[in-house]
Amino acid sequence: MAAKRVDPAANAAAFIDQDDIHEPAHDRNLWAARMKRDAAAKAIPEWEDLRTIASLIKEHTLTHLDKYLEQFEANAIKRGAKVYWARDAAEHNQHVWNILNERKISSIIKSKSMLQEECGMTQFLETRGITVTESDLGERIQQLDNQPPSHIVMPAIHKTAADIAQIFSKAIGTDPNNTDPHYLNEAMRQDARKRFLEAGAGMTGANFAIAETGTFVVCTNEGNADIGAAVPRVHIASIGIEKILPKVEDLGVFIRLLSRSALGTLATQYTSHFSGPRKGGELHIIITDNGRSKRLGMDDFWHSLKCIRCGACMNTCPVYRRSGGLSYGATYSGPIGIILDPTFDESKYSELPYHSTLCGSCTEVCPVKIDISDQILRWRKVMAEKKFLPISRRLAFSAAGKIFERPNLFHGAETAASAALKITPHFLLYNRALNPWGRHRELPHFAKQTFREWFIQNKQQNQEDKQQP
Amino acid sequence: MLIKGGLLPALRMRVALFIPCYIDAIYPEAGIATYELLQRFGVEVDYPLHQTCCGQPMANEGDQANSAAAEKLFVENFSGYDYIVGPAGSCVKHVKQHFDAIPQTDEVKTVRANTWELVEFLHDVLRVKAFPWAYFRYKASLHNSCSAIRGLHIAQPSEHMAPYFNKSEHLLRMVEGLELVSLDRPDECCGFGGTFCVTDEAVSARMGLDRVHDYVRNEAEFIISPDMSCLMHQQGIARKAGIDLKFIHIAQVLNGGPF
Amino acid sequence: MNPREQIFDAVRNHLPAEKIDYPQIPVFQKTITELLPAFEERLLDAGATFFLPKDLREAQFLLEQQFGEASVICSATPDIKGNRDIRQVKNPHELADVDVGVIRARFGVAENGMVWLTEEDLVVNALGFLSQHLVILLKPTELVADMYDAYVKVSLEDTAYGCFMMGPSATADIGAVLVHGAQGARSLSVYLV
Ligand code: SF4
Repeated sequence: MAAKRVDPAANAAAFIDQDDIHEPAHDRNLWAARMKRDAAAKAIPEWEDLRTIASLIKEHTLTHLDKYLEQFEANAIKRGAKVYWARDAAEHNQHVWNILNERKISSIIKSKSMLQEECGMTQFLETRGITVTESDLGERIQQLDNQPPSHIVMPAIHKTAADIAQIFSKAIGTDPNNTDPHYLNEAMRQDARKRFLEAGAGMTGANFAIAETGTFVVCTNEGNADIGAAVPRVHIASIGIEKILPKVEDLGVFIRLLSRSALGTLATQYTSHFSGPRKGGELHIIITDNGRSKRLGMDDFWHSLKCIRCGACMNTCPVYRRSGGLSYGATYSGPIGIILDPTFDESKYSELPYHSTLCGSCTEVCPVKIDISDQILRWRKVMAEKKFLPISRRLAFSAAGKIFERPNLFHGAETAASAALKITPHFLLYNRALNPWGRHRELPHFAKQTFREWFIQNKQQNQEDKQQP
Repeated sequence: MLIKGGLLPALRMRVALFIPCYIDAIYPEAGIATYELLQRFGVEVDYPLHQTCCGQPMANEGDQANSAAAEKLFVENFSGYDYIVGPAGSCVKHVKQHFDAIPQTDEVKTVRANTWELVEFLHDVLRVKAFPWAYFRYKASLHNSCSAIRGLHIAQPSEHMAPYFNKSEHLLRMVEGLELVSLDRPDECCGFGGTFCVTDEAVSARMGLDRVHDYVRNEAEFIISPDMSCLMHQQGIARKAGIDLKFIHIAQVLNGGPF
Repeated sequence: MNPREQIFDAVRNHLPAEKIDYPQIPVFQKTITELLPAFEERLLDAGATFFLPKDLREAQFLLEQQFGEASVICSATPDIKGNRDIRQVKNPHELADVDVGVIRARFGVAENGMVWLTEEDLVVNALGFLSQHLVILLKPTELVADMYDAYVKVSLEDTAYGCFMMGPSATADIGAVLVHGAQGARSLSVYLV
């Protein structure tokens, strides 16, 4: 059965209409992150060169991916890690389950991993009786509220402190009226502490995996990934096949770009490098495909695999800022979501490429120079070709197409008013019953005389005179 | 025709005027201003009467089949000119950078390469140094469309770390009396986005309102743009919200009317 | 075919036709000339503090002053004495009650105020994350300008774990307000000695 199609426009409208607080705060906070990013980028004279180099390193790695995956695996094993391969989400989750089950582990603490999110891992483990605790504060908020993260770097950015005070009061008994972030953070710190100490395994994702040393790198601001890796005996890391970088020195480029792009900070507070298990511990690495190799073969879209999940495209996206990430109804939201999600399910996410003004800001901020905006337009072509366009949209445009084909029909009406009614601009007339133009906008005044009429009346004689010597 | 004082010698270039459909029907004065302005610089301007649409609205929907007809006709109308000049960044961007619903013959490629947005044409081809006839005694804000900035690069996008330039602003600074005010978010998208403005009405309207409030906060009286399509949306928003702002095409300011 | 082989097969079958060369990474002009003042400034930006004790004796004195009320101080460096012997720790859980952890870092990065700590420096990795407060000892001469230089020095071949730590634990997940002490250390003091 086909999954229900996500309607991002309707979801975004609900986000905006809920009250006068959430959307403006969301927009303001993310815009502030974009401004901090600009300042951080400006302070580095070679910023644009770094983007180019990062992009080329990723393209090089992806076009030689088999070689680097082999190298990473060999080195990780040499360092003492156990390496598993998962073709899809189900295999990934099964590996995790097997590792936990063999060791009779019933509780795990995890840091943020978009791949684990993609795999629906938490739900899978919970139905098998495992207690899963998110340790990133934002992820924990979302877990307690039964929602997926709405942003890949700031999972609960669509919520206000007041929302969070409510959630915490129910979950851990804080004062529902105390919205002080320091108070709320402290309460969750105390609660999480116990869970870190109880957990039988710590799970992380990885931001980068280095082929030449078998190292993977995890970046966090809270240090939660490090606690998860340092306290429980077992560390399980989920790594997508596209995370590979060839050399250690590449990190000099990528670490400089990542957090500056994401939050405008010089780096995350913790940049941690795992090369083999810690003393007295176990390290399990699950290298996961889950659609990535297929994407690698898509001429128009494989560049999306360069993504380092910084979230800069989301922060800058004017549509995302007004929509909230949950509107996209998918693991990935914002511009990067628009170009990734349809690779998982074209029908379900067929409306996402239309949730964009194609303003192009995402392409300009992306630290690895993914042509996001152009890919959005290319996805529209895919959707149109596959007839995923909503029927009203299709009809509106085939009618317009016919008119544009035949100038006489187009100009058949010689008065401005009827020209307007016929073709101009068709979006004003589109879906007339609901009249979406008019809800927040007055209609433009149509001119008494079109330019064409003016020209014919005043200038055409001239033009003809000139053309005949 | 040589204008008074002769700023430039009559240029021997055949220029075709490309007037997008919404300028034709809603903002003809922007078309007239463009036509007159080009003539002031001694440019020989033709207006091919059979022009319709460049195909952008359909192409932006991903609808290649229906854009093909419009693209074919566009080439028929504008083939053979040295320059095709349009006072609309987003339409020109479509012609230059997308326009791939039809086979790319030499003729198609030439038409696409010869198509220019008005500001670019004035700035880069005519290299205009003055608009002595223009006088505009208002506080105004500039709205360059996203297509013009990030597509055609008529200004340095704020995201990109390179020296600042802004061709529209450069031209407007030659207009006597005009005071340009800067915005809190100078090149933030206004939310028009073609069909987006109706299919994603709530987000589009919110973006437009935020943009309009930015003008108000910075005390602009007029909004000047090389792209009337964005302004049509912004104007609709401002009117509905009862905000008194005036919206005008850059050609009208540079030509000194018609207003 | 097992899943591993199938993934390699799929990757090889889908590799883009055009192969991209590994780029030349140029040597960029250094913008930081005075490493120590830059490092100190970045430490403060990251939410850390720094002190300049004359010698180790003064550092020990400073620690006692700064954390007079701490009941458990665990030092992983012979340069500073604590009251919990990390060499005796068998299980990371034993560090759950540490008030102050003391570690000597290998080097610092002037560009951003990071310090580099390895498993060998931490002795038990959890010391860096379960301690409520951290004191990091660093020789003021052990600084590199930026991340390019830093990655030349890390030698990931020689340690199972290494961390660039930039100030205390931080979050802005509640109302986009910056708060220190999310999960890791609440404060981080660098003793430049
Ligand atoms: S697409 Fe680019 S900007 Fe967006 S999250 Fe990925 S790397 Fe960052």
